Amino acid sequence: MTATPALPTPAAWEDLVTAALLGTDRRTPPGAAPGRAAPKALLDAAAAETVRRRAGLRPGRAARPPEPAPGDPRPALPAPATRRLALLLADRPGAGGGGRRGTAPDLMELLPQWLATANAHGFAAPAEALPALLDAARGRTDLRPAALEFAGPRALWLARLNPDWRFALRGTPGGGTALPGPQETERTEALWQEGLFAERVALLASLRARDPDAARELLARTWPTERAEDRLMFLDSLRTGLGARDEPFLEQALADRSRNVRATAAELLSALPGSALAARMAVRAASCVAVDRTQDTPTLVVEAPHECDAAMERDGVTAKAPTGRGERSWWFGQLVEATPLTAWPARLGGRTPEQIVALPVADDWLNELHAAWCRAAVRQRNADWSRALLGAPSAPGAGGPGAVSLAERAKLLGTLPAAERAGWVAGFIAVHGLSEAFQLLGVCAVPWAEPLGRSVVDALNIARDAGSYPWSFSGVMGLAERCLNPSEAARLDALLAVPDEPEDASPGAGGYWAEAFQRLGTTLRLRAVMAEEFRTT
Amino acid sequence: MTQQGVRWTADQVLALAPDIASRTAGGELGAAGPWSETGSSEEGEERAVWGLCKGSGGTPYRTVVEVVAAPSATAPAYHCSCPSRKFPCKHALGLLLLWSGEEAALPAGRAPDWAREWIEGRRSRPQEKRAADTASSASGAADPEAARRRAERRAERITAGATELEQRLSDLLRSGLATAEQAAYGLWEETAARMVDAQASGLASRVRELGAIPASGPGWPVRLLEECALLHLLDQGWLHRERLPQALAATVRTRVGLPSSPTGPPVRDHWLVLAQYDTPDPKLTTRRIWLHGLASGRTALLLSYGPAGRAPDLALPVGLALDAELSAHPGTGQQRASLGERFAPPAPTDTRPPGVSTAQAAALYGEALRDDPWLDAVPVTLDDVVPTPDGDSWQLAEAAGDTALPLTPGAAARPSLWRLVALSGGAPVKVFGECGHRGFTPLTAWSTGPGEAVPLC
Repeated sequence: MTATPALPTPAAWEDLVTAALLGTDRRTPPGAAPGRAAPKALLDAAAAETVRRRAGLRPGRAARPPEPAPGDPRPALPAPATRRLALLLADRPGAGGGGRRGTAPDLMELLPQWLATANAHGFAAPAEALPALLDAARGRTDLRPAALEFAGPRALWLARLNPDWRFALRGTPGGGTALPGPQETERTEALWQEGLFAERVALLASLRARDPDAARELLARTWPTERAEDRLMFLDSLRTGLGARDEPFLEQALADRSRNVRATAAELLSALPGSALAARMAVRAASCVAVDRTQDTPTLVVEAPHECDAAMERDGVTAKAPTGRGERSWWFGQLVEATPLTAWPARLGGRTPEQIVALPVADDWLNELHAAWCRAAVRQRNADWSRALLGAPSAPGAGGPGAVSLAERAKLLGTLPAAERAGWVAGFIAVHGLSEAFQLLGVCAVPWAEPLGRSVVDALNIARDAGSYPWSFSGVMGLAERCLNPSEAARLDALLAVPDEPEDASPGAGGYWAEAFQRLGTTLRLRAVMAEEFRTT
Repeated sequence: MTQQGVRWTADQVLALAPDIASRTAGGELGAAGPWSETGSSEEGEERAVWGLCKGSGGTPYRTVVEVVAAPSATAPAYHCSCPSRKFPCKHALGLLLLWSGEEAALPAGRAPDWAREWIEGRRSRPQEKRAADTASSASGAADPEAARRRAERRAERITAGATELEQRLSDLLRSGLATAEQAAYGLWEETAARMVDAQASGLASRVRELGAIPASGPGWPVRLLEECALLHLLDQGWLHRERLPQALAATVRTRVGLPSSPTGPPVRDHWLVLAQYDTPDPKLTTRRIWLHGLASGRTALLLSYGPAGRAPDLALPVGLALDAELSAHPGTGQQRASLGERFAPPAPTDTRPPGVSTAQAAALYGEALRDDPWLDAVPVTLDDVVPTPDGDSWQLAEAAGDTALPLTPGAAARPSLWRLVALSGGAPVKVFGECGHRGFTPLTAWSTGPGEAVPLC
């Protein structure tokens, strides 16, 4: 180390860099003799200068720090639950693995339930888990509402700093700014007048949930100036908390310029059994249906309307039938659907819904009539009629008294109390097995009530004995992993052994079933542990 | 100390996984389902967990882990009858997760025979090893002349390598760095291979890094000149090592690539585990573990290596403190140490390392260069800094001042940056990391309020 550069100036370093770039054959470095020794002199000087530059480093100027994240008043997550969350989030798809599932539970499938439980307890997310949580929500839109609720205000603060998480701002009404509270009338007014469409929809929905009249009045003030598509969306928000006091506004909307708005207003009015529209529809429908007592058994006869007049159209009846449907039956269906179900017993000889549904119907009108009653029961959330139309769960396959599809049954079930719903589906599975039950299971409350859970496990057991492969039931298995009550795990213990293979069974099915039941049991136990981990001590 | 207190967190267990696939597979096995006959025992300071894990075959795998190994051992030890070449395998990870997650999953009890056999076998092995060590050192002592000749031959080869490297650097500077941009990467690879032949692995890796600089973006000529100059300085240091002070000569020997062994006296302390991170390489994974002595205030670096596909043996969960002896390696300004005797398993602690300001951190690096001019960064804990976006990059800004340290480009691009930002939420945090001429690399952070250490690597 021979070179001892003079004062360390930036210029000296610049000269060294220039000489190094060009090469000492072309440029002699400062303070060195040209020739063979020049490169070494350059390196000596650069070494001293490099160490000097590094040793003299100082901190830079601070940029403007970000606004601090808003506080999260929720209590902190208990430590065991925090560890569990880290595990669930570490199991993201794409993080390796793949292939057959084997006996291990699918942790990613448990995350939605974990989030729901955390939100039900009202815990705050640990800050360091937020990035993984946002990444998981980014990949799975179905997770977003629960994940963002759990992630809380700091996640929105983060999302403003990282474009990858923009979705969190879109998914939150007002782009992360909280909606106005009950007292903030000025902010409410300002947001309603100036907000973006999504913000206004969110505002109206939240106000409607809190104070239905105030929401309707807010909407009524600007109604005439709103665009047709917007009117339709706004009107839709009145479904929440729909009541008799909405009738005048809805009656007015029946005269709307937009056909879709008129139809929606009519639909909402028909869901109000006391409304004038419902009464008008009841008069029309009643004139179409009568009991014929001249037969041996009383029979319903149907005389469908011969025309769709202007008054019917004004009340929301669509005149033009879809391709392939007769006009008269199309109009008839709409009339019955919009007629209050409470009007029928009086019209049909004081019979109960069960008795009415059991009546024979002349001239092939049965399907049309029952389907319309089903739609009415769902629209008016009428449990008595739903019960009558569903009939006994043990009735043969497609031929219940209502003769309705599985999708319609699922909707009818939705109007029944949870326990009754579970009992009905349990009875259905006991008789019809699992292959048609998937849709019905979807509307049952989680965790499944005891009779339903038992019925599903029994049916799976029967399916196993029948010798089919478990993946024919993978949909129900997946549901069971998420919805069975963890206390049912013990019931599975008897099913874990690999059974002897009967001659006609699918090869190896027994082993796969044992594996599937093992996974189900594991998942249930894990869910029980997870629930326990939320308990604060 | 309660059982709960010593159990590791899921993060700590997953940190043992040799790769991402193992993490996922281990995570799936971290539930009671496939396991049977599980249990744990605690005898004195030892603790083992075991269980049978049902795989796809008929016979379940037997898995046993000595969670907190005997004080004389250096790492948790795993044993599994599965055929996996990963180490630890997914079964060992799953078992540890089970142990970390559920209080009742591994009932206390006596280990079954197959597990006892292995545990006892392990226990007798250190003695054998010690006996073997004594034997080999005895044989080494028996022929000091041969050892001296071997060392001399290696030194000669390194000298030849350093001389050749000096020639290549001179040639480069004569024709100009601008030519390095066009020069093929192969030129540097070839030179690096020559340095490997010369048994100078330190020179070889520095040469390899030179090859990457011309493609490293704006300002590359400055960086290339700096690194060439420091490489030249190292060559010169080696060639004139007899004239250097003893400690600096030791530093030069280590930097060139000669192995060093601990020479310092054992220092017993409670060592807080500040950070643990791996630098994977196709052939060798290097694990760095930073420790902070709660009584001595010393910062020490443990290095552990693992061949490809295997995690390095030593694993210390961040945030725990370890009662153990450490011996320093020679060379002033060197933080490297070796782990000696352990007196107790790692235990949770609320203590956090004391921190400094950004200016003090920069000054610490400057001072450390006096003893080791080749040092890229020093371990530092910063107090009350706010992660702050700065154009395309990030910095750690002092909450109560107007100065800031930029994050290194690598650190600003890592996903863990967002863990740090989330933890801070715009408020001051305490951050441990490496501070050097490229900037600051955060490795662990603590929020201002209560809470555990959050690993960022």
